[in-house]
Order: sequence, then structure tokens, then C-alpha cells
Amino acid sequence: METLPTALSTPLPTVWFCAVAVLWIGYLFLEGFDLGVGMLMKLFARDEAERRVLLNTVGPVWDGNEVWLLTAGGATFAAFPRWYASLFSGLYLPLTLALVALIFRAVAFEYRGKIASARWTAAWDWAIGLGSFLAAFCVGAMLALTTTGLPLDANGDRVGGPFAWFTWYAVLGGLAVVGFALVHALAFLALKTDGDVRVRAHRAFRRWMPLGILPLVVWAVDIQLRNGKWWSWTLTALAALAALVLWQLARRGSEGRAFLLMAAFLSSGAAGIFSAVYPVVLPSTLDPANSLTVGTASSSSYTLGLMTVVALIGLPLVLAYQSWTYWVFRRRITVGSIPTAHNVVPAFLTRLVTGSHGAERAPAKEA
Amino acid sequence: MDALEIARWQFGITTVYHFMMVPLTIGLGLVVAVMQTVWFRTRKPEYLRMTKFWGKLFLINFIMGVATGIVQEFQFGMAWSEYSRFVGDVFGAPLAMEALLAFFVESTFLGLWIFGWKLLRPGLHLVALWCAVIGSAVSAYFIIVANSWMQHPVGVTLVNGRPVMTDAWAVFTNNTALVAVPHTLLGALGVAGAFLLGISWYHLWQRRHDGIDAVDANGRVVPGANPELPGRDRADHAVWLRSLRIGAVVAMISFAGTAITGDLQGKLMFEQQPMKMAAAEAACHDGTSFSVLSVGDLGSKDCSNVAAVIEIPGLLSFLAKGDFSTDVKGVNSLQTEYKQAYGAALPNNPIYGDRAGQSIQYVPVMEVTYWGFRMMIGFGGIAALAAAVALYLTRKGTVPQARWLMRLAVVGILAPFGANAAGWIFTEMGRQPFVVAPNPSMAGSVDQVFMFTAAAVSPGVSAGEILTSLVILTLVYAALMVVEVRLLWRYTRGGVASAMPELAEKHDDGEHKQSDDVLAFAY
Ligand code: HDD
Ligand code: HEM
Ligand code: HEM
Repeated sequence: METLPTALSTPLPTVWFCAVAVLWIGYLFLEGFDLGVGMLMKLFARDEAERRVLLNTVGPVWDGNEVWLLTAGGATFAAFPRWYASLFSGLYLPLTLALVALIFRAVAFEYRGKIASARWTAAWDWAIGLGSFLAAFCVGAMLALTTTGLPLDANGDRVGGPFAWFTWYAVLGGLAVVGFALVHALAFLALKTDGDVRVRAHRAFRRWMPLGILPLVVWAVDIQLRNGKWWSWTLTALAALAALVLWQLARRGSEGRAFLLMAAFLSSGAAGIFSAVYPVVLPSTLDPANSLTVGTASSSSYTLGLMTVVALIGLPLVLAYQSWTYWVFRRRITVGSIPTAHNVVPAFLTRLVTGSHGAERAPAKEA
Repeated sequence: MDALEIARWQFGITTVYHFMMVPLTIGLGLVVAVMQTVWFRTRKPEYLRMTKFWGKLFLINFIMGVATGIVQEFQFGMAWSEYSRFVGDVFGAPLAMEALLAFFVESTFLGLWIFGWKLLRPGLHLVALWCAVIGSAVSAYFIIVANSWMQHPVGVTLVNGRPVMTDAWAVFTNNTALVAVPHTLLGALGVAGAFLLGISWYHLWQRRHDGIDAVDANGRVVPGANPELPGRDRADHAVWLRSLRIGAVVAMISFAGTAITGDLQGKLMFEQQPMKMAAAEAACHDGTSFSVLSVGDLGSKDCSNVAAVIEIPGLLSFLAKGDFSTDVKGVNSLQTEYKQAYGAALPNNPIYGDRAGQSIQYVPVMEVTYWGFRMMIGFGGIAALAAAVALYLTRKGTVPQARWLMRLAVVGILAPFGANAAGWIFTEMGRQPFVVAPNPSMAGSVDQVFMFTAAAVSPGVSAGEILTSLVILTLVYAALMVVEVRLLWRYTRGGVASAMPELAEKHDDGEHKQSDDVLAFAY
């Protein structure tokens, strides 16, 4: 395969491989909990008040979290165009599904509260729940497949038809992200809410944590068994350790530390997976010669150098202002902190419909 | 239809759709930021109301821009993998920078703005909005740098058949981008202008219709108040009148600005993509005149029977070159030149699939370029003219009572949207058959960079897959368009009270007064 003038003559492709891994980990960690909270809207919340509590724990931050996905995609395009091209075209249908899911989810977050009608909010709840589930599942499948491979020909194109990607590994990856997101969200809710929701979230986290992270553990260990190296095994062992401590801590009810340990578990586990497959970025299941590697898939060192400078300036800034945002919105949310839903009525009709305003507001005032 | 054609339809549909939301986001965001700044400085209540009301509509629209933008980011890899492989070394960089330097800023600070009304100090809260607005403009810059490189590739050399970036400065200061960015941003302002104008007109009309505002003997407005309708007080009148006038002025500035920058673009296009220029004019033969109206079969690529009905001698030369006598080359002679320079038929290379060996049509679809160009200018011009008339009609403080005028103002909101869509369709389809148009200043050199659209589509993806996504996305987009417009209309009709429930609360006896524990805003 013809390559651009870098091969591995400089460390830049490796640096960028790490950078892409960091972006994916950032994505899974941050959007992980808002995807999970989205699913929990259907699985956990008991009534409208609780659903709004859940929604508002992620309200100000979910969009910023989602940009980690865009940046991971964009950075892959810039640094490894062939990886981006082969992976994204190879997974055409699942990514289409992921896009539709992300569209509905995004719109639902914003539109759900815009009309105070039970039918309207119920419909958007499904959009949030299903959208979060499908997005998590498809992204997980994509990440798993980039570690185990697709049937790629010499040009890097998928052969074998639209469903050639569908293997049990795709399912495992999907479940890994869905499961992780769910328990991660429970840990997040325990940290971000108060009252009954907090108590129940913590209890559920304790109960479901081992099951939730199981598929991710299976994926990580399986990858190590296939192509592990001592350093990737070490990272995986660290992840296992974090999971054990986590389980112990969770029993003793420390919410903040449990959340941090989820971060440690995810980052060492995912780093273990990424480093095990290095220097391959996308294996070909047909012929190892067709596999894309850090060397063959990367951009020129000029472009990588430029992107390095930009990332060194940009990424710390992003981390700084996103952390600040989390600090601004640090307060725990309760059923009591949610304002009443307010209905929108044409100005000229307001008097007729409500007396003063707000159809739902009880008790309605005499006009 | 084969995969290529379906992929083109899909790209066109999703991108034009994305660009329905984008200009409103950019334009309205800026206007709202200015409104909040004025409120911050003067504390005049009408400016707070304007900020809240227009801010609400801004957000309803913004989210659709976000949702459809994600599709754009993924599409290059999914449907255009061969293109992504070819251009990745140059094209990926601005895309990644857009995400890292612009999207993060936009989304994070907008979250702070939406939920930060009580949490942040007013000054900081204002700064958050400005950061988001500037983020939008920066994102426009980066994406247009990427796009301009496809129109006019610079800063690269060819290595192993692929362009490799050698001069980032040249890529990021591509003259094509430096004029397209202000042109697009000004075009976005036009959308915001007509939007403000149309909706404010509706409300001023509704106030008169409800008998709240009256007109005295000199035709001057006498603003009234209806205490039973939340928000329908004297300040409300000021909200709509001021918004209307801001909108009208913005629409006029936008048109003047797009005309100036568009003229610069035309001159560049004449040098960089002469075929696009000729096709925009349906100028078959070399000459100097600009046709205002041409008839005949624009679709017949050999120009056998296109006849100009109204022509302005010299104007085409002026657009292209700044004088009245340069002969601008017509489609027929350019076709020959292009065939010599880039080949008469697609090479026998497997990346062209069944199309290998087919002869190349260098003339873009002339109906589209010709009418696209005229619609862009025409719709923009109509909006600006209407804005001037609106300023005149409202000089005494309110709008006329005629219902049809109000309807016209509301429908007129669509004109600048049309101008923007037409501009992009013209730009992108006028570039065909290239996806990366050749840069004439590299002409003749062995490492000329260009790519035919026919080579760009993903070879491994079947037509059925792309068709599936085309159908699904189109249906989803259509449904969401209905939802968005209905929601916008609902909030519009609700007036300021729809964005400020507290206006209605004044009528209560205080039992609903929100304590500090309650969030100022919640989903
Ligand atoms: C002139 C401006 C412009 C143009 C030509 C485009 N966009 Fe766009 N885009 C914006 C201006 C914009 C924006 C104003 O910045 C948006 C609208 C709403 C928003 O959040 O940002 C946006 C949103 C947006 C998002 C979501 C960002 C988020 O989640 O916050 C993505 C991924 C893209 N765009 C990607 C693209 C791609 C790949 C394009 C090319 C085909 C494209 N956009 C054309
Ligand atoms: C938002 C404004 C834009 C609009 C409305 C728009 C519109 C279109 C349309 C209508 C086509 C189809 C042309 C045809 O098939 O003949 C197209 C093609 C294309 N555009 Fe754009 N475009 C926009 C911005 C961009 C940007 C910013 C980029 C790149 C960064 C881009 C990249 C492409 C590509 C890669 C194609 C390939 C498909 C083809 O040529 O058919 N476009 N665009
Ligand atoms: C006299 C007025 C105008 C002139 C002479 C003009 C000229 C041009 C030209 C020459 C292009 C194509 C550039 C290229 O392909 O390289 C263009 C593109 C475009 N125009 Fe205009 N234009 C005018 C008014 C408007 C108005 C009023 C709007 C919108 C409100 C608008 C929106 C656009 C957009 C969105 C594009 C595509 C993006 C770009 O290339 O910048 N234009 N215009």
C-alpha cells in the first residue's frame, strides 16, 4: 500500500494514535453518563418529576460532551484519513442508525420541555431513551470492530455486503458501551441528585455495577488474549483492580470516589484495548496485509505536526472551560429544584384559555 | 440510479438542510448577543424581553443545526471514502480544528448561557453568549476553508498521486475562503433580518388587531396595554417595533455586504473556475454582455439554442474583470480547453467503476447554475427592498392594518433562506464534474491536483445502503422540519410571555414566587 511520507520515521503517528484514543476515552467517559441518563429516563425514573430531575442533571453539558465524538471523528479524519474512510464506509448502516439516534436524542433534549403536554413529553422520552440506547450500541460496535477488524480488501474497502460487519464482536462492543453507560449514569446520578433519586441510584449502582461492566471486561480480556503485550496487560490489570476497589467502595457508599474509580476503570481498560492492537488501527479479517496500521493510514508529518500544535493549544483550553462548566453546575438537583412546566399559548388567546396563564398551574385562578 | 448519483443526492439534501438552520443560528445569535449587551448596559426592560424571546427561537433552531451537523461530519467517511482518502491530508485538518476550536466553544458556552441565567453574574452570563456566537463564526470559517480548498486547491504538492499539505498558511488564507467567509456570514445576517422583521410585523399587527395599539389623527401610533394578556403592555410595543427596525436594517446591510463580497467572489471565480462563471451566465459564446433573462434549452450542453432575451452589454466583463471590454470566454471554447487540459474521457482506472472511459461533461447543469445565481441575488435583493419598504411603512410606529401585508412579511422570511440555498447549490453544482476543482495556476504542471466526483464515492458501499440512508434521513428531516416550524410558530404566537413565564406571574399574588432553590431554567 502506498503511504504518505511519514511511515514510522517520526513518532507523530503514534502520538496521534494516542490522541485519538484519548478523545474516545473522553467521549465514553463524558457522554457515557449522559447516554446512560437518557436510557434511565425510561428504565429508572418513576414519574414526570423524576424524569425532569434526570434530564436536568445533564441538561447544560450533554452537547459539550457530544462534541468529543465529533472531535474524535474529525481527528481521525485529519490524522488517519484511511482509517476514517475504511471504518466509516465499512460500517455504513450501523452508523446511519447511530446518526438517526443522535439526531432524535439531541432534538428531544431541547424540545421535550417546550410544550407542556403529556403526549408530547412522552413521545420525546422515547426518543431520548431509544436514541441513547442505539447511539451507545452503534458506537460501541464500531469501536469493537476497529479492534477486531472488518473484511477489507487491499484498497481498504469492505467486501461481503452491507452486513459483513455483523459479528458477535459487534454485539459485544455494543453491549459494552450500553452497559458501561448505564452504570456510569447511576454513579453520576448518585453524585448529582439528592433525595430519593440519589438513594435509589446508589443502590442500583451497587447492584448492577458488576453486570454493567462485564461486557467491557470480556472485550478487554479477549483483546489481550489475542494480541496483548506486557504493557497492555498491565493496563488491563489496573482496570480490573479499579473495578474491584470500586465494588468495595460502592458497598460503603462513597459516591464521589465511586465515580472517579469508574473513570479509572474506563481509561485503563480502554487504553489497554487500544494499546494491545497498536500499531494496527483497523485489522482486515481477510488478509493481514490489508490491515491499516498507524504507519500506513496516517497523514503526512507536516499535517500531523500542524495538528499537534493545534491540539496542544486547543485541548487544554477545552478541558479548562468544560471543567469550569461542571463546577458552575455542581449543585445537586432534586425534585424541588425543578420549576413548574409552563405552557405556551398564543398571546391573544391567553385570557380565554387560562384566566391568567399557564394551563397546568393549579389551582387555576378565577378570571 | 447508481451509488454515485444517490450519494450526491444525499449529500445535497442533507447539506442544504443543514444550511437552513446554520444561517439562522449565526445571524440570530449575533443579534441576540447585541440585544443582551444593550440590556446589560442600559437595563431597559424591552431589551431583556427581546433577548429572551429571540433567544428562545434561536435555541429551537440551534438544536436542529447541531443534530444535522453530526451527519455532515460523518458523511465524508461513510459515502465518500475515496474522496476522504484522497484529500484527507489537507481537508481533515480544518474539520478537526472546527470541532476542537469551535464546536466545543459553541456547545459548552451555550449550555452555560441557557442554564446560567441566575447562576452566573450578569456580565459573565453575557460573555458566555458572546463566546458561543463567536464560536459559530469560527466554525463557519473552518468549514469554508475546507470547502474553498475543494474549489481552489492551494498549499499542496502531489506525492504518490495524493495531495500532501506543504503550506498550511496558504490553505488557511486561501483567497477563495477569505471572500466566501464574509459573504456567507453576511448572507446569514440576511436570514436573521427577515426573520426579525416578519415576526415583529406579525406581533405589531396582532396588537392592532386586538385593539391594543391605536393610531392618532396624524397616523402616529398610540401604544396601549391590555392588562389581561400577559406581556401585552407598552414595553411590548417597544419590543416589536425595535426588533422590526433592527431586522430591516440588518437585512439591508446584509444585502449590501453580500453584493460587495459576491462581486469579489465573481472575480475570483472568473480566474479560478471560468467554466462555472460561463455556466452561471449561460454564456455560450465569448463576449461581454450579462444576460438578465435567457430562454431556450439551457440543458442542451452545446448551447445550440440558448437565446438571451435581455442583455446588458459590458456588465459581464465588469463582473469578471472590473472593466467593460474584456471578452469573457463562453462555454463552447472553455469546453475544448478543459478537454485538452484534463482529458476527454474518464481514465481506465478501477476507481471509476462502470464509468471508466466515459466522456467527460465539463459543463455543469446550466439550468441550475444560471437560475441558482439569479435566485441567490434575486431573493436577497427582494428581501432588502422589502426591508426598505417596511422601514418606510412603520415610520410612525406601527404597521398597517392590512392582513395581506402581514402575511407577506411572514412569508418573506423565506426569501433569504432561498438565497442562501441557491448560493450553495450554485457553488457546489457549478464545480461539477470535479469534486476538487483544478487550480488553473497549477495548469500544465505534473502535480496538478484535482478529482472527479465520479471517483469520490465509497467503492465498498452498495447503492442499496446509500439509498436506505437517503430515504431514512430525508424522512426524518422532513418530519423534524414540521416539528421545528410548528414549535417556532407556537412560541412566536405566544409572544414574549412564551419565553418569560414570569411576566404572567406578576398577576399572581406571589404564592408562586420561586425560591432560590428552584432552577432559573430547566428542561
Ligand atoms: C457557514 C457555516 C457552516 C457550514 C457551511 C456548515 N456548517 Fe455545520 N454548523 C455551523 C456552521 C456551518 C454552525 C453555525 O456553527 C452550527 C449550526 C448549529 C451549531 O451548533 O453550529 C453547525 C453545526 C455543526 C455540527 C454540530 C456541532 C455541535 O454538535 O455543536 C457539525 C458536526 C457540523 N456542523 C459539521 C459540518 C460539516 C461537516 C459541514 C460541511 C459539509 C458543515 N457543518 C457545514
Ligand atoms: C452548507 C452549505 C453547503 C451546501 C448547501 C452544499 C450543497 C451541496 C450540494 C447541493 C451538493 C451536490 C452537488 C451535486 O451533486 O452536483 C454538494 C456536494 C458536495 N459538497 Fe457541498 N454544500 C455546502 C457546503 C459544503 C462544505 C462546507 C463542504 C466541505 C467542507 C462541502 C463538500 C461537498 C462535497 C464533498 C460534495 C460532494 C458531492 C458532490 O460533489 O456531488 N459542501 N454540496
Ligand atoms: C449582488 C449580490 C450577490 C452577488 C454578486 C453574489 C455572488 C456570489 C458568487 C459569485 C458566489 C459563488 C462563489 C464561488 O462559487 O466561488 C456566491 C455564493 C454564495 N452566495 Fe452570493 N452573491 C450575492 C448575494 C447573495 C445573497 C443576498 C445571499 C444570501 C442571503 C448569498 C448567499 C450565498 C451563499 C450562501 C453562497 C455559497 C457560499 C460561498 O461560496 O460563499 N449571496 N455568491
